[in-house]
Amino acid sequence: MSVDHFDEAGTAVQAALDAGARYADARVMLRRTETMSARDGEVEDLSSDESAGIGVRALVGSSWGFYAVPDLSGAAARAAGRRAAEIAAASARVPGPAIDLVPAGAGTASWASRCEIDPLSVPLSVKGDLLVAATAAARDAGADLAEGIYQIWDTRKWFASSDGHRIDQHIRECGAGITASAYGDGEIQRRSWPSHRGQYGTRGWELVDELALTDNAARMADEARALLTAPLCPSGETTLILGGEQLALQIHESVGHAIELDRILGWEAAFAGTSWLDLDQLGTLRYGSDLMNITIDPTIPGALGSFGYDDEGSPAVKRDAVRNGRWVGVLAGRDSAAMAGLDYAGSVRADGWARLPMVRMTNVGLEPGPHTLEEIIAATDDGVMMDINRSWSIDDRRLNFQFGCEIGWEVKNGRRGRMLRNPTYTGIGPKFWQSMDMLSSESVAWGTPNCGKGQPGQIGHTGHPAAPARFTGVRVGVRG
Amino acid sequence: MSAELDLAARVIELIRRLAGAGAQAEVVAAHSAEALTRFANSAIHQNVADATTTVRLRLHLDGRTAGGSTTVTGPAGLQALVERTIAASRLSPPDQAWPGLTPPTALRAAPAFDEATAAAGPHERADRVRDFVRAADGLETAGFCRTSYHSAGFANTAGQAVEGRSADAAMDGIARLDGADGVARRAGSRLSELDGAALGTRAAAKARAGGRPVELPPGRYEVVLEPTAVADILDNLATFGFNGKAYAQHQSFAELGVPQFDPAVTIRDEPLGATLPFDQEGTPRDTLVLVDRGTTTAVSHDRTSAAEAGAASTGHAGAASRSWGPIASNLGLAPEPGGHAAPETGEGPTAASARTLVGGVRRGLLITDFWYTRVLDQKSLVITGLTRNGVWLVEDGEVTAAVGNMRFTQSYPQALGPGAVLGVGAEAIALPDRWSGVRYTAPALHLKSWNLTGNASG
Repeated sequence: MSVDHFDEAGTAVQAALDAGARYADARVMLRRTETMSARDGEVEDLSSDESAGIGVRALVGSSWGFYAVPDLSGAAARAAGRRAAEIAAASARVPGPAIDLVPAGAGTASWASRCEIDPLSVPLSVKGDLLVAATAAARDAGADLAEGIYQIWDTRKWFASSDGHRIDQHIRECGAGITASAYGDGEIQRRSWPSHRGQYGTRGWELVDELALTDNAARMADEARALLTAPLCPSGETTLILGGEQLALQIHESVGHAIELDRILGWEAAFAGTSWLDLDQLGTLRYGSDLMNITIDPTIPGALGSFGYDDEGSPAVKRDAVRNGRWVGVLAGRDSAAMAGLDYAGSVRADGWARLPMVRMTNVGLEPGPHTLEEIIAATDDGVMMDINRSWSIDDRRLNFQFGCEIGWEVKNGRRGRMLRNPTYTGIGPKFWQSMDMLSSESVAWGTPNCGKGQPGQIGHTGHPAAPARFTGVRVGVRG
Repeated sequence: MSAELDLAARVIELIRRLAGAGAQAEVVAAHSAEALTRFANSAIHQNVADATTTVRLRLHLDGRTAGGSTTVTGPAGLQALVERTIAASRLSPPDQAWPGLTPPTALRAAPAFDEATAAAGPHERADRVRDFVRAADGLETAGFCRTSYHSAGFANTAGQAVEGRSADAAMDGIARLDGADGVARRAGSRLSELDGAALGTRAAAKARAGGRPVELPPGRYEVVLEPTAVADILDNLATFGFNGKAYAQHQSFAELGVPQFDPAVTIRDEPLGATLPFDQEGTPRDTLVLVDRGTTTAVSHDRTSAAEAGAASTGHAGAASRSWGPIASNLGLAPEPGGHAAPETGEGPTAASARTLVGGVRRGLLITDFWYTRVLDQKSLVITGLTRNGVWLVEDGEVTAAVGNMRFTQSYPQALGPGAVLGVGAEAIALPDRWSGVRYTAPALHLKSWNLTGNASG
C-alpha cells in the first residue's frame, strides 16, 4: 500500500505502555461504504460514507481499557493511547482474575481479499440501473412491492501491538438482493433472491453479477403471489428438509454463537447471553449426528467471514468446531483462550476503529455430505421442505430456537408437492442436530452481513457454508 | 454557534460554491461521545469510550439525490465529501420521491442537558458497577453502565439552521444464582439518578426467587408483564407498526382513527430531553400521541413517508429512514392515572411497579423480560420470542413458583386490543435500549392472554 498508518498505530501503543499498560494494540482503519436501495423501479436511497480513525486497547494489570478517536494525527494517537490506559486503570475498581494472552505469532504481514471488479469503481449508473431493472421486473410481474439493495464495504486497516505486530489488510466486501412482496387480506407474503437479505462475500462486483437479480425477479413475484393462496404449513411433528440458505442461518444461530468462547465464559451473560456448552465437555459432547462436521475457516476465498489476520493479529487458520457430531473447538480470542486453557485464538474482530475487538464468528460452516437435494427428497415419504429465512429467534443459551421461512413445500412419496405458506419450525439445538440423517453435497458459502453483538452494538460479517439437509421428528407449523 | 453548527454551515457554503445555487442540500454535523463500562462474572471486563464527529450530507441536484457521510472533518475531508456526493448525485437515477427541504422552523423548548452526565468519567461508571456488584451480595453479576453526550448542528439550503445537545445515562444488570437470572435496569438524563446499589438489590432479589423452576405446558396464560417486558412491546410497535413508511406501504397494522387498542392504552413519543431536539432533516421534534385511549391517532413520519401518506413530517427522520422508515425512539405507555406506586422493598420476585397488578391475577404468569423477539407477520405484528430474567406462576394474587423460560408467538396489537388489558401499572419506568438516546418509558401491564408456544423441552 502506498501510504501506511503504522506510525500512528505504533505511537498510540507506545503512549499506552508509557501510561502503565503491560500490553497495548491499536488499529487504524479507513473504511468506505456505499449502499443503494431501490423500490418499484426507482432508486430510493444512495449513500456513500467514509470513516477513518484509531482504536487503542490497553491492558493494565488485569483490566482492559479502550478508547477511539477519528483523528490520525500523532498527538491524537498519543492521547488515545494514554486515555485507553486511564480507562483500564479505572476498570481495576472492580477487578477480575489475572489475564494472560495466548501467543499470536508476532510479525509483519500484509493481506488483501481477492477482487476481480472493484465494486466502488463500477459506475453508480450501472449499479442503479441493475436495482431499477430488477425491482421493475418484479413489479411488472405482479409484486405489490419490489425492493432491492446492494452494499459495498472497502476497509483498509493497519494493526500494531506491543507484541511486535505490524499487519495491514485490505478487505473488499459486497453483495445484493431483491425482495418481492404480495399483499393479501390481512397478510403479506414475500420472496427474496438469492436470500432474505441478499448474498454477500469478500469479493468484487463479479459476485453481484453472478446473482442474476433481474432474471429471477419475475419468479419471486409469482411465488409471493402464489403463497397468498397456498395452504398453511401443517402443524405437528414431521420430517423437515431445509434448503442451504436457511440451514446457514440455523448454523449461525444454534452453532456459531454457541461456540463463542466469550459467551461460554459468561462475558456476554447480561446481553447476548451465555451458551449451553460447558468447557468440561469439549472433546466429548455429542452435538449432532455423525454427518455433522462444522469448521471455523476464515481462509475460504470469497466467503464473507474471511480475512488474513484477525483484529488481534492472529493469522487465519482452519479449525474443527464439530467433528463427526462431537464438539471439539471454539471461536476464541487471545485472552479468552488463555482463561479457558486453550492454545489458539484467531476469531476476534471489531466493527470499525471505534469498537472494541471481540470474539466473532468467521466462516462457520457445515461440511457437505454425500447426497443431493433430489436424493433427499426422493428418500422422504412424508415431510415438509422449507427455505429462505423470514424470521429467527433463539434463547440466550442458544438452545431453544424458532425459525420462519418464506416458502415451504409438501414432500409426499419422494416428490416435492404443493407450496405451503407461513412455514415455521422449532426445536432444541442438540436434539435437532442429532436428528440430521441426510446431507447434500451442494454447498454454498452464504454471507450474513448483519450479526449483532456487543455493547455498544457491533455489526459483524460472517460466512456459513451450508447445503440442504434432512432432519427427523421436527415440530413445524407453530402459529400465534 | 456550536462547533457542529459551524461545521454544517461550512458544508452548505461548499455546496453552494461547488454545486451552484440550484442545489438543495441538508447537513447534520454530530459529535457523539459514548462511554460504556461493562461487567461480567462480577468484574469489569470491557471498558470503552469514543468521541466521534460525523458530518452527514444529503444533496438533491438536477432532480437526482445522493447522500454521504464522513468522520474526516478537516477542510480536505469536507471537500471530498461534497465532491463525492455531487458526483454520486449526477450518476444517480432521477428521484421522483424527493420531499424537499425543511423550511426555517423554530425548535420546541427542551429541558437542558446534564453537564455532569456529559462529562462523566470511567471512575463514576465503575463506582456504580461496584455498588451493583456489592448489593448483589455474593451473587454473580453482569451488565453495563453507560453515559453519552451528543451535540449536533443542522443546516440546509432552505435556511433552516438549528443546534442542540443531549446527554443520557443508563444502567442494566443481572444477578445470577443456580441458573436463575434476575434483572434491573434504568435509563435517565442524569447519571446521578442511577443507583447501582438499588438496581443490584432488585436484580439479586429476582435471582434468589427464581430457583427450582417448574416447567409449564404451552398455552394461553393471563400475564403481568413488568416494565422491562413492556419496553419490548413498545420497541416493536415503534419499529414495525407506527413506522410511517410501513404505514404508507400498507405493511403496518395501524389504521388512524380506529380503536385498535384497549381504552387503557395511551402511547406517546416523548423525545424532548431524551435526545436531540430535531431530526436528520432538521424538523423539530415534539411529543407525538400515537394512541389516545385506545384509538390509533398517528404514525411517525420523515418528509418522504409523510409526502407519500399525505401527512406532515413528525420529526422522525433518521440517517437511513428513506430505506428503513422513520422510527420513534422514545415511546412511553401512559401509567394508570392517579394510581400510587408501591414502595420498592428489594425483596421477592416482583418489582414494585408490578406488585398491585400481580395481586389481581387469579392464575397466570409474572414475566420480567422478553428476549430475541422477531416478527413472523408484519401486518398483524405476530412476534415470536422468549421470556428471560425471571418468570413466576401467580395464583390468587400470590407468586407460588418460579417457571422456566418459555417461547411465545403472539400478535402484539392483539394482546393490547380492546378488552384485552386488565390493568396498567401506576408507575412508568424509563428503560434503556441497546442504543444511547433510545429509551422507552413503561408501566407494568396486566393482560388477559399471552400465547406461550413452547417451553424448555421444545
